[in-house]
Amino acid sequence: MKNQESRSSSCAACKALKRRCTPNCQFAPYFRSDETKKFAKVHKVFGASNVSKILNEVAEEQREDAVNSLVYEAELRLRDPIYGCIGAIASLENKMVELEHDLMLARARLAFCVNQPSSFLNEHGNMAPCVYDIPVASGMVEAFNQNSFSFDQFSHLPFI
Amino acid sequence: MSSTRCAACKHLRRRCPSDCIFSPYFPSDNPQRFAYVHKIYGASNVAKILQDLPVNRQSEAADSLYYEAHCRIKDPIHGSVGIITLLYQQIYNAQTQLSKIQAEIAVLSANAQTESKYQQQVEHMPNFDANLLPQQKGVYDPSTWLYQNGL
Repeated sequence: MKNQESRSSSCAACKALKRRCTPNCQFAPYFRSDETKKFAKVHKVFGASNVSKILNEVAEEQREDAVNSLVYEAELRLRDPIYGCIGAIASLENKMVELEHDLMLARARLAFCVNQPSSFLNEHGNMAPCVYDIPVASGMVEAFNQNSFSFDQFSHLPFI
Repeated sequence: MSSTRCAACKHLRRRCPSDCIFSPYFPSDNPQRFAYVHKIYGASNVAKILQDLPVNRQSEAADSLYYEAHCRIKDPIHGSVGIITLLYQQIYNAQTQLSKIQAEIAVLSANAQTESKYQQQVEHMPNFDANLLPQQKGVYDPSTWLYQNGL
């Protein structure tokens, strides 16, 4: 009965590592017994001992955030073994460049139209076709995979 | 015969074989590069990741692993995910601004078109006084005509 209780309350990490889950298990607060896939991801990419070392460096109240970011990073690395999170960063950076360009055009058009309202109309006083299409970004970039890119584009980001 | 060990084999204190998986990507002149990835991922995990990839993609994978390890060492809580979060926030802010500006442009264009339509109607308004005698001019109120024509 006692063994069954300890087995049923083992966290996902101790289940995966096939060891007894102690009351002060470091992983137990962050990897519930039903979260086996969550732990499997971080274990595959980082390894349990490295995760443990990272958590030890972090204050207790911030460990949940650390675990969540490790899980996210592991998931991206498993999805894209070549670029991992860097692929996502590259896609988002490209999206940001597009949006900044769109904003610049939109601001210029607004400023022009405020000063010259007739710019909206053609010679017959009807709506003139827009000189350029300024699409509203419809959502976040989903695809993180890229064929190739240079790491030079990250030189302005921190840690490079 | 002495051969130069790569940074990984130096760090791991082992002989560097000729087919060492690490040596093309962790040269001996940059020990920090391997030290970072080893600290975060561990040598065996890095080797597994590289070995599962085609040879022509291993260099990029090693670079991305180093970058992410570097981010994680600098920010143990968020790592490179902190940069992703920041970018999502920036994108959201930019999209919001863009939507707002486009809405303002739409309002201005609607107003301009309404005003133009009104002006056109006024220009083509009938001359109500055309057939009246001089003493009768101004009796008919044009605003009634304007109202009836939706202006």
